[in-house]
Amino acid sequence: MRAPHLGYGRRGSVKPRPGEPALLARSVDARYEGTSSLALRDVSLNVPAGLRVALVGPNGSGKSTLLKVVAGLLPIASGEVRIFGNAVGACHHRVAYLPQRGEVDWRFPIDVRKLVATGRYTHLGWLRRPRREDSEIVAETIQKLGLSDLAENQIGELSGGQQQRALLARTLVQQGDLLLLDEPLNAVDAATRDIISEVLSDLGRAGKTLVIATHDLTNLAAEFDGALYLENGREIPPEPGNFVGVTVGREVAN
Amino acid sequence: MGWLLEPLQFSFMRTGLLAAVLVGVTCAVLGVYVVLRSMAFIGDALAHTVLPGLVAAYLLGLNLLGGAVVAGVATALGIGWLSRRGTVREDTAIGIAFTGMFALGVLLMSTADSFRDFSHMLFGNILGITRVDVVLIGVLAFVVLVVLFMFHKELELTSFDPAHAKAMGLSPDTVRYGLLILLSLTVVAGIQAVGVVLISALLITPAAAASLLTRSLPRMMAISAAIAVVSGIVGLYASYYLDVASGAAIVLACTTCFIVASAIRALRQNSAANAPEPLADER
Repeated sequence: MRAPHLGYGRRGSVKPRPGEPALLARSVDARYEGTSSLALRDVSLNVPAGLRVALVGPNGSGKSTLLKVVAGLLPIASGEVRIFGNAVGACHHRVAYLPQRGEVDWRFPIDVRKLVATGRYTHLGWLRRPRREDSEIVAETIQKLGLSDLAENQIGELSGGQQQRALLARTLVQQGDLLLLDEPLNAVDAATRDIISEVLSDLGRAGKTLVIATHDLTNLAAEFDGALYLENGREIPPEPGNFVGVTVGREVAN
Repeated sequence: MGWLLEPLQFSFMRTGLLAAVLVGVTCAVLGVYVVLRSMAFIGDALAHTVLPGLVAAYLLGLNLLGGAVVAGVATALGIGWLSRRGTVREDTAIGIAFTGMFALGVLLMSTADSFRDFSHMLFGNILGITRVDVVLIGVLAFVVLVVLFMFHKELELTSFDPAHAKAMGLSPDTVRYGLLILLSLTVVAGIQAVGVVLISALLITPAAAASLLTRSLPRMMAISAAIAVVSGIVGLYASYYLDVASGAAIVLACTTCFIVASAIRALRQNSAANAPEPLADER
């Protein structure tokens, strides 16, 4: 179980295959290095392009693990994952991943604009510097997330909600077609929640494919087209009364 | 002004001055990354591990800097490899490599007739730098600064968010190897100025002082370089006029700058606490 190769800056990238789903996972098992128990067991998922899908479950249910597998950060023990019909890593710059907060060194001496701009590196790769086009995308996105007044601030000066918006801005400037967002609304203030919800519905209208981990069961019907319920690393049927929408799990993936 | 210019009539002073500027700028700029990435210990370790390379080159009659480059790069790769495999913790791997290599250097030294020649390696002698050496130092400084400039965006990103770098396909391990190699080249360039034992001070102290004064990375590099160059020149003159060890004088000048920077920061924080508006630089 080797980790897939992820090219930096579109190296070796291939085109999406027409007609293929944005994300297809078949009977995926995965485990973290140095552990014996599986973090994902026989999980399947079929997300057609343009759909918004929620991964729902409590902490430790496998939502984050599944997103890491799709992002190419965790190798699979068995099964298969295809992204736009290709292997993981083959069109990597079309995938934008927002991890849960907390891996950034917030004391580092850079400002918000620079943090957001690092999202463009996925298209630049080695030795190429951001151009005017990149700066324009960054400025636009910063404005969309209500961070214009804070763009020149050092990143440690932001509140928790503002930090989350900055990280989402960085994910957006990657201009991916498949967005993997891990609990983007977890523990944020009301203003941030409103801004992020607005941005997410814009993305849906723009035809982007969204796979979003959440443990919040309210509003699922309004914000998503389908949902995959997870518990202890397995797909479980939704409880009666919970949102179902388009079927995306095992029945349609295999 | 006479006392400033008078020593410059000697070519060894001019060579020393050039070396102080080259070494100061290189160590200080790279040092900002060393400080921000909490690599102070590894910087010190790398400096010590080039000793056997230096001594072996001396005993074999080869170029000293060449020997040091080989030993430094070999250690950088060795430490990266040992800690990557995860068999031992990184600081343990560094501790083992560092003391083992330093002991090997001392052992090699003891096979020579006299220890005296080696004191320059341990403690540096900026007034003893030859023209050939200063050309080599210049080449090393140029290479390090150009590579830092070219890969700045990758170094910066892997420093504050290695997880995001990895998710984009940029391997933090690769960048780290590169940084370790640059670090070993920088250490080698600085050894003749301040010696194996004190070189990490030139890497760490100016950068640490600069980090107290600004929150912008480019400004931090500029301030750090200014501190290191001024300290280098102070050490050079102290060595000339007072006949004290140049390496120690350079390091103590850096230490003084750090103390001053700490005082400035404390004063700023006091005035910021009293005044309603934060300082322009702190915003």
